[in-house]
Amino acid sequence: MELEVEMRGDLMLVRVREDRIDAAVAIQFKDRMREVLANAPARVMLDLEQVGFLDSSGLGAVVAVMKLLGPDRRLELAGLTPTVQKVFRLTRMDSVFIIHPTARDVLRDAV
Amino acid sequence: MSFAMPSEPFSPPFVRLVFNSDPMAVRHALKALFDGRPLRFLSEDARGTAEIVLSEALNNVVEHAYAAQPGQIEVSITVETGALICAITDHGLPMPGEQLPAGRPPAVSDLDDLPEGGFGWHMIRSLSHDLAYRRIEGRNELRFRLLTDAT
Repeated sequence: MELEVEMRGDLMLVRVREDRIDAAVAIQFKDRMREVLANAPARVMLDLEQVGFLDSSGLGAVVAVMKLLGPDRRLELAGLTPTVQKVFRLTRMDSVFIIHPTARDVLRDAV
Repeated sequence: MSFAMPSEPFSPPFVRLVFNSDPMAVRHALKALFDGRPLRFLSEDARGTAEIVLSEALNNVVEHAYAAQPGQIEVSITVETGALICAITDHGLPMPGEQLPAGRPPAVSDLDDLPEGGFGWHMIRSLSHDLAYRRIEGRNELRFRLLTDAT
């Protein structure tokens, strides 16, 4: 499970360098994110631009990651590919997360 | 993993895969299915839908029917005009009550108590047609149809 972390002021951007977050890697993803979030600032954004597929186990892991942030912070997501978007829409999870079209847009504004 | 493609000239395109009950084997099977000749023609949208439903159904077999015990899963897909006819067979435990789960949409209103699972059957039911399950001679058989026309 390859994650790339970039800090921009009070924003932590985590790029998922994987094609899929599925049942085969969901637990690994959650564990790696737990390590990464140990020193998380106010805002955390997960860039899913490279992730072409996410199943219900992957979705459950993303929900679990948001819970790691505690009650006062919402996980932000960016770069949802069409099938990933479909999973979020079908499960209504698109109403739970702050979803940005791309991470680039957010970074430009965050400088 | 075995791969069978009958070559009768007038039969519809058909693909059958048998593989071990394991999350990584499911991942490889999906890749083999969607990269193979019968399914390569699918639009991105149809492929996404098919991959979600098949992935959820197969992972359910791994997690619940075989409950992490070893076993084999068989998937067969017949390509018809505008639809994929899918069948998944395993020799694991039956569905509870030998019935399909209801697959109610997950409750997302309470942000402090969001579900981390229970999405699978809801997605399968939302995206598939003519979903049917039967327990027969120690096997589970799940059948459904997926539309492949642009939506």
